[in-house]
Amino acid sequence: MKVLVTVKRVVDFNVKIRVKTDGSGVETAGVKMSMNPFDEIATEEAIRLREAGKADEVIAVSLGEAKCQETLRTALAMGADRAIHVQTDAPLEPLAVAKLLKEVALREQPGLIITGKQAIDDDCNQTGQMLAALLGWPQGTFASKLTFADGELEVTREVDAGLEKVALKLPAVVTCDLRLNEPRYASLPNIMKAKRKPIDVLTPEELGVDIAPRHKILKVEEPPRRQSGVRVASVAELVDKLRNEAKVI
Amino acid sequence: MSVLVLAEHHDGQLAEATLHAITAAKALDDDVDVLVAGHECGAVAEAAAKVAGVTRVLQSEHPAYGQPVAEDLALLLQRLAPAYGAILAASTTHGKNVMPRLAALLDVAQVSDIVEVLGPDTFKRYIYAGNALATVQTSDQLKVLTVRTTAFDAAPKEGGSASIERIEAVDPAGIARFVGREVSGGERPELTSARIVVSGGRGMGSGENFVLLEALADKIGAAVGASRAAVDAGYVPNEYQVGQTGKIVAPDLYIAVGISGAIQHLAGMKDSKVIVAINKDEEAPIFQVADYGLVGDLFQIVPELTAELRKNR
Repeated sequence: MKVLVTVKRVVDFNVKIRVKTDGSGVETAGVKMSMNPFDEIATEEAIRLREAGKADEVIAVSLGEAKCQETLRTALAMGADRAIHVQTDAPLEPLAVAKLLKEVALREQPGLIITGKQAIDDDCNQTGQMLAALLGWPQGTFASKLTFADGELEVTREVDAGLEKVALKLPAVVTCDLRLNEPRYASLPNIMKAKRKPIDVLTPEELGVDIAPRHKILKVEEPPRRQSGVRVASVAELVDKLRNEAKVI
Repeated sequence: MSVLVLAEHHDGQLAEATLHAITAAKALDDDVDVLVAGHECGAVAEAAAKVAGVTRVLQSEHPAYGQPVAEDLALLLQRLAPAYGAILAASTTHGKNVMPRLAALLDVAQVSDIVEVLGPDTFKRYIYAGNALATVQTSDQLKVLTVRTTAFDAAPKEGGSASIERIEAVDPAGIARFVGREVSGGERPELTSARIVVSGGRGMGSGENFVLLEALADKIGAAVGASRAAVDAGYVPNEYQVGQTGKIVAPDLYIAVGISGAIQHLAGMKDSKVIVAINKDEEAPIFQVADYGLVGDLFQIVPELTAELRKNR
């Protein structure tokens, strides 16, 4: 079975982002970029499936500008076998990404596609579900555990109330939550080896997908700032403030 | 054009989150229908019909909807979609699971987790863990939206008198099947709807130490939450997680204990009305958003706080 994993290049989670003063977006020039953390988990899971003999090949896919290939190299250094880059400088919304991934999936015929549950830049939480819909495949979102049994994939899902299990027919799409695994660090020899692994480059035109955005970002602004309050010296003072000033208990 | 809200319900109860989604729907159009899909879900349909502002409740019964999977709900919503200008659900794990699947079936670019309705096609939503607020205009005729529940008040549970219409189910897709659920929590209020939340971070040191927070929470009727650091450290399960990738809460009172205040955590709680921070590190960023900060050893302060609250009243 082939496993496809999707990896997105995003502003590193440690970066304190800055909103551009003209309100057109967030400053990304000269900012440290990394693989979306949930996609690291997706990549790790795919590699583990191969290591456990449940998958034969792990293919990492990324979409966007040329530098996405750095992110793909990271996935290859972690252990993915090869990579596909759908190159475009145009902005991509989750629906367009799902359509492009669908075309890649139809070419590659994977038995399983693993994505992160959300990207930490746009916080949309859409792509995996959309991809599953477009392919007509089942979806196991917010996964914290995968188990194969009787030709089905049992996915343990992190839901608001606790944990839920669903059984999916394969092929399927899984989106990862953070407890699925702990991603490995790529070792230096593997980073060197990754440089020789192949990255196929495609374009949206070749895949025949209309990626025209549906959304217009009218404005991006700083969120309202919270005023910092006061320090209290004791528990008694805190309780007094909560009761008599804030009146919340 | 009228608006459809996907109701969420558990154990015969309409979920609180749906009431918030109804308020967001009312901001789009006065004509709001609610879809209750379930198995023997008459009580939920009746509860939805009583919610103020609801025009019509569509009740769809099927054994498979007893514990519905996204694959089946999306098909039902897809069939209903042509009659509506917008379809909404709360940004719960349920809504987040179903709505993008529906959006893709309809070839619509969903707007996720809206916090404000500015017009029929224009919405505000947070990006980058709440560090930027984007105004998004969509060109899709039909809107598919998920709603951040903390940004919209709950619609009143009483006062409505909607009609209830039975509608046909759609045959299940047969590709996904519900297996089971383990519900944690128990007696305490649900995290996203609690009036008070007591959350612990890495400073708690262990899962066992969370009993200190539970004692405090039980004294003041609070829910217990946690930072991602505490979840990652294995102190508590993921459903406790408050933050960018966990739950978004905005209670009247949020007490952050041993939480440093990473931006990813602040994204999940900074809209709380009153924030209390208890941390031994006086430089911790959590103090920058706290209304009341208390620097000190949480293992001393938390029991003292519980005792103090027990003493008076």
